[in-house]
Amino acid sequence: MIARLLTGAALAALAVGTTAVGTAHAQQGKVSGDVIKIGVLNDRSGLYADLGGEGSVVAVRMAVEEMGGKVLGKSIEVIAADHQNKPDIGSNISREWIDRDGVDVIVDVPNSGVALAVQEVTREKKKVFLAEGPATSRLTGDACSPTGVHWAYDTRALAVGTGRAMVQEGGKSWFFLTADYAFGHQLEADTAAEVKKAGGTIKGSVRAPLNTADFSSFLLQAQSSGADVIGLANAGGDTITSIKQASEFGLMQGGKQKLAGLLIFLSDVHALGLQVSQDLVLTTGFYWDMDNEKRAWSEKYKAKTGKMPTMVQAGSYSAVRHYLKAIEAAGTDDGPAVVAKMKEMPVNDMFAKNGKILANGRMVHDMYLARVKKPSESKGPWDYYEIIRTIPGDEAFASIAESGCKLTQ
Amino acid sequence: MATETHGVSREAVGSGTLASSTGVWMLVGLAILLAAPFVLYPVFLMKVLCFALFACAFNLLIGFAGLLSFGHAAFFGGAAYITAHTVKVWGLSPELGILLGAAFSATLGLVFGMLAIRRQGIYFAMITLALAQMIYFMALQLPFTHGEDGIQAVPRGMLFGVIDLTQPLAMYYTVLVVFLFGFIVIWRTVHSPFGQVLKAIRENEPRAISLGYRTDQYKLLAFVLSAALTGLAGGTKAIVFQLATLTDVQWQMSGEVVLMTLLGGMGTLFGPVIGAALVVTLENYLAATNLPVPVVIGTIFVVCVLLFRRGIVGEIIARMRSRRG
Repeated sequence: MIARLLTGAALAALAVGTTAVGTAHAQQGKVSGDVIKIGVLNDRSGLYADLGGEGSVVAVRMAVEEMGGKVLGKSIEVIAADHQNKPDIGSNISREWIDRDGVDVIVDVPNSGVALAVQEVTREKKKVFLAEGPATSRLTGDACSPTGVHWAYDTRALAVGTGRAMVQEGGKSWFFLTADYAFGHQLEADTAAEVKKAGGTIKGSVRAPLNTADFSSFLLQAQSSGADVIGLANAGGDTITSIKQASEFGLMQGGKQKLAGLLIFLSDVHALGLQVSQDLVLTTGFYWDMDNEKRAWSEKYKAKTGKMPTMVQAGSYSAVRHYLKAIEAAGTDDGPAVVAKMKEMPVNDMFAKNGKILANGRMVHDMYLARVKKPSESKGPWDYYEIIRTIPGDEAFASIAESGCKLTQ
Repeated sequence: MATETHGVSREAVGSGTLASSTGVWMLVGLAILLAAPFVLYPVFLMKVLCFALFACAFNLLIGFAGLLSFGHAAFFGGAAYITAHTVKVWGLSPELGILLGAAFSATLGLVFGMLAIRRQGIYFAMITLALAQMIYFMALQLPFTHGEDGIQAVPRGMLFGVIDLTQPLAMYYTVLVVFLFGFIVIWRTVHSPFGQVLKAIRENEPRAISLGYRTDQYKLLAFVLSAALTGLAGGTKAIVFQLATLTDVQWQMSGEVVLMTLLGGMGTLFGPVIGAALVVTLENYLAATNLPVPVVIGTIFVVCVLLFRRGIVGEIIARMRSRRG
């Protein structure tokens, strides 16, 4: 299958190459609707609005500006919509965008349910899907698509990052506080497997129902377990509530136990404040204050939005930039051909160095284990993380064989 | 008392012209629905139709029997899951899947109904809500629903083994037939002796009991019928969107259908259709703007309740009547 894909890509590239040599007109004819349309589909009014939302749109516009607003002499247009975290709305909008508005690529799409729906639509219509917001590793696993690319992070990278790296940092014994539904169970199982592989032990786990308001009994259980690390295998409101209450119990201030959030974004830390979230350990695909390039881009972003970017927003920039470069190289905006080109080209920008896209659509790049600073250590607003360890991309993300993607078999 | 009888007699006299105008409106509506996919986006229209049927089924209960159920999401989403699972995993044909979904909802409606109709008003609403929440948590936990990922990539398949539903127009007209079937069932129910009894129960239950009606049985039958039609809508939606997710079983969905019915006009036949079309259109078209969608819809709801309580269609009917009278 890989061979077939590669020959397909090579043929496409060859065909494109010959037309490019031919005439400029022929090349222009390769862009559908004479415009590259980018549709940013995410949550603009609900709980994921801060980690993606309008910020992702701004980041995408920055990528477009960097390309001079044009690719192959055609203008680039960015549109956005709010999927309201409803898969049917997400699926409806993406169908309508592709069928009626001639959208070439759909970007971001947090919320795994909506993302899987969009993956099916884009697979059927042979349009590109650049997923930054969703966590589920199924997008490059059993639900992988030839035109779907998963960019910033996934559940597997979070599990490996936090699980393995924490053990290497000395957190040998673990206790899980798990959200009692499929996502939580999966995250717990993945992380526990990594912890054991790295030589750690699991002292136990407790399952809290979705949207629990009072975590005290669960937290006390976690505290009395004596485990080095308490893993929060939950998301959204549950994570925020459990961190707040853990802080009230003085769980992290004792210095004996560490709290590890498995799905935390910079915007969550910003909302919680350093007082509450200090010493929390988490895995991220991007942090603005790591090198000059990231700082420069993030400052530019901050000037437009007033906030520092999350890994989802920075990832949206990086993915769209790479996509536009691939269109330029492929000479067409045809979905499968562009994605094939994207997979050939290394990803080098402020987000990732020597990132590569696997055949299953997984963009492999380094992930970082970070600790949230104490209020006394923070030099100012948005100075939140201390990067403890870099997790090499090949370690963080699943290999094609592990992913279970049928495209590659 | 005198005014009340006067009102009734006027209604009886005017019913001939009203019935014929309803017939005209139905023909106009049908013509619009037949032509619509050539102008508007078919998937969007199918969504409107699914929600319109959902709202009509809900309206049968609240508008004609006076029962406010706050658990209809369980029937809608439950049927969607059953249809999606039977079609995707068991490989059934879409029509069988939808029927199984509706049958599941009818059964669920029977269980819910038997428990809930023993109480009235807010207690009835709370019992239905509590039961629906149990279904929601089952949908979250059971392995076949795949938690928050939902059941995705449900094949549309071939209707009766002949009609290819992957064609947008074929799918649209199938949904239209399902909707019309549901609508006619509701129309017949409302205009039957059974419907008259329901209205009597709505107006004054003790009086209906004193007249010798076993009101519990009437209410239960109305509840099951409403649940079955809701299931029909939910199952159809699963085939249209090729997915079934938690959104459909969440309690917000029960609230949304109340909103649709109230906006359009409770207790009118066309009200829920208009209400559903309005809410779905807003959700779709506001999505592309910078306005926060839930806030806008909430504001519209508040304005509607404050200014025209009968809903859009209810208000129009009232105006027409007062002009005539």
